[in-house]
Amino acid sequence: MRKLALDDTVLLKIEKPARYIGNEINAVQKDKSRIEVRFCMCFPDLYEIGMSHLGIQILYDMFNRREDVWCERVYSPWVDLDRILREKQIPLFALESQDPVKDFDFLGITLQYEMCYTNVLQILDLSGIPLFADRRGEEDPIVIGGGPCACNPEPLADFFDLFYIGEGETSYYALIDAYKEHKNAGGSRQEFLIKAAQIPGIYVPSLYEVIYNPDGTIASMNPKALYVPSRVKRQAVSDLTHTFYPEKPLVPFIKVTQDRVVLEIQRGCIRGCRFCQAGMLYRPTRERDLEMLKESAEKMLKATGHEEISLSSLSSSDYSKLPELTEFLLENFGSNGVNISLPSLRIDAFSLDVMSKVQDIRKSSLTFAPEAGSQRLRDVINKGLTEEVILRGAGSAFEGGWNKVKLYFMLGLPTETEEDQKSIAWLAEKIARRYYEIPKEQRTGKCQITVSTSFFVPKPFTPFQWAGMCTREEFLERAHTVNMEIKEQLNRRSIRYNWHEADVTVLEGVFARGDRRLSGLLLKAYEKGCLFDSWTENFHNERWMEAFAETKTDLSFYTARVRTQDEIFPWDFIDSGVTKKFLYREWEKALEGTVTPNCRRQCQGCGAGRYQSGVCLLEAHQI
Amino acid sequence: MKIRIKFRKFGEMKFIGHLDMMRYFQKAIRRAGIDICYSGGFSPHMIMSFASPLGVGLTSDGEYLDIEVGEVSSSADAVRRLNEVMAEGVEVVSFRKIPEGKASNAMALTAAADYEIRFRNGCAPKDGWQKDFDRFCASDSIQVIKKSKKGERETDIRPLIYRIERQEDTIFMQVAAGSVRNLKPELVMEAFAAFAGITFPESAFLIHRLEIYGDAGTKDKRQLISLEALGEVI
Repeated sequence: MRKLALDDTVLLKIEKPARYIGNEINAVQKDKSRIEVRFCMCFPDLYEIGMSHLGIQILYDMFNRREDVWCERVYSPWVDLDRILREKQIPLFALESQDPVKDFDFLGITLQYEMCYTNVLQILDLSGIPLFADRRGEEDPIVIGGGPCACNPEPLADFFDLFYIGEGETSYYALIDAYKEHKNAGGSRQEFLIKAAQIPGIYVPSLYEVIYNPDGTIASMNPKALYVPSRVKRQAVSDLTHTFYPEKPLVPFIKVTQDRVVLEIQRGCIRGCRFCQAGMLYRPTRERDLEMLKESAEKMLKATGHEEISLSSLSSSDYSKLPELTEFLLENFGSNGVNISLPSLRIDAFSLDVMSKVQDIRKSSLTFAPEAGSQRLRDVINKGLTEEVILRGAGSAFEGGWNKVKLYFMLGLPTETEEDQKSIAWLAEKIARRYYEIPKEQRTGKCQITVSTSFFVPKPFTPFQWAGMCTREEFLERAHTVNMEIKEQLNRRSIRYNWHEADVTVLEGVFARGDRRLSGLLLKAYEKGCLFDSWTENFHNERWMEAFAETKTDLSFYTARVRTQDEIFPWDFIDSGVTKKFLYREWEKALEGTVTPNCRRQCQGCGAGRYQSGVCLLEAHQI
Repeated sequence: MKIRIKFRKFGEMKFIGHLDMMRYFQKAIRRAGIDICYSGGFSPHMIMSFASPLGVGLTSDGEYLDIEVGEVSSSADAVRRLNEVMAEGVEVVSFRKIPEGKASNAMALTAAADYEIRFRNGCAPKDGWQKDFDRFCASDSIQVIKKSKKGERETDIRPLIYRIERQEDTIFMQVAAGSVRNLKPELVMEAFAAFAGITFPESAFLIHRLEIYGDAGTKDKRQLISLEALGEVI
């Protein structure tokens, strides 16, 4: 039996020791003497969050299918264990073998949100790996980043050896093969980095030089070595049916956020909302085959024993075989006490019918994401949801017995006026009125409308990448306007309002569109004790503000500034398929308030057609 | 049909708490394809109950849960199927049919439990503690301070200790367990520390539960039978 890295006295002292012992159902054990490449996959947040992530399950399965590779996992130690590891100088370890992370060939870190960046430094620090890539020696693991935030990896450029740009299924095997060859040939770390840079989708930040203009914007970014491509092509799987998908997902012992089987039905989204990074980044929309999904659902439920299966995609209603799939799941598993959950559904007759079969109407709530309060602003962001559709959906839901509605909006969108902000309250009021139109004897008490607003962060590779972002004060003022307007409404007692933190949003904005000069800021914040910044109780804005001041970093340069058409962005070296030209055209249309039809209705020539897959093929065929 | 499952919990699984063990068995029973019965309603749950929660850090050779099932082939087949889907550190020992009715529930029946206690490496008191311990075992009353919501009060735990003895450095005790009267082995060791005037370091003991019993005797005379023995092999 393996020996745990932590002894009993430590494990019995900390919160939830099960976070650190591994041994979960379907965890992979291998004989390390027969392994050539050891890969440690990290989600830099708490175990319960990281274990809920589908991407790692896919990659874990993909790597472990190879006999020469052993992929293990590590998550951020919570603050209680963090303290003990430092005190007792215990190196951070991987869950499966309990071996130190430092002994691995690769440390892969998924970057799902900007506020995990200090946790990335914690992982490196506790592992005993030099934080800066240029200080690492031949014995240190190759540190590679991936995930959505790798589409602008520049704020982390100094801390990573490599980044994987795009979907992991396509190039990782080639990277592993190149590494094996390099290891057997006894090459140097630097030689390997140059080789890796030639694999499609692999970005080696140290091999590029960035030159700045006097105003702080980028003048140019160029490769420093021969054979290093000037642009890195984002990777996308062309056939999502015939590719890797786990049959035996990991089953944790403790309750994690996503304690269920996750069935990814498609990638990408045809809608083209202008604020949405995922919708632009994961183009083209690609569906998985219905038969593959049925088979996969069956295998995963059997191998995990989970009591719930959830469909995953950016917009489930757009999956062309959704009725067939839900019917299959209901028929085959519904009677075995298996719950079916369908997030990201448009509210219409079909979805209400399905939902009434799978959930308790009295307890569940309906979710709408109009994102903006007025039709004008919804046109600006290209959110094709009209007031009429919302009221009709809510109306039929109320008549079907629901009385709870959740509404999601963003504040601080480009061109937003006070009228747009107040429209949020007015829309909530209209929904409440729709409820009270139902005869009293048919209603089930009061209705509960929960309005939530988040603050808008402009993201790379979206039409809003040129937009200015509100300041903290502007954000809070807008939330205040909404709050006051809700209090003016007739049905205010049926409406509840929540808004997000503004401080964290501003930081997200800095890192989302940041450049490689931010590494000093990040390090300073980490040294001041910033960690688990996405956890409200651990977030210390004053430490961050000190770090800005001490590193002389101008926050507004990254957030408030409206960019000009010809500005070179830190992420422009990535060729995402979707062209900058298309994005700028969308930005101009946004400012005019002109909507763009979805991909199925009319191709806009965004550039993702070069992947020759999914909805792009369908359109070509139809035309 | 009501079924009683006996299992062992050892190794790393000792860090998995009681609620998580319940979740673990719900999923394991699905993986094994046991035809378990569900309650009605919109969120049906498995009909399943545990005899007595085992604290985090403790291991056991005698843990029990009762379930209700539809069809089963045989005890041997069910044990095999369950063990095929267990994590390392849990082993199903038996799968037996028990009588219908609430009175036969493991939780309701639990009356006593056996524990074996050893000192973790380096945590044993100075030699000579053995003699103190034997004197402790021979005492007629053991007063401890029990903290409850109403405050602190002194109680005698001696009547809840049915057997207590020492073999070299290993301690064995049989104590009251269940919803009516329950005594934790840790509390007995605390009482011993007070008796001998010593203090133990944090998590000084390795506590292993050996068995859980029901009481088939009368009010005046106990007759303990293991919960497993109350079921029959199918």
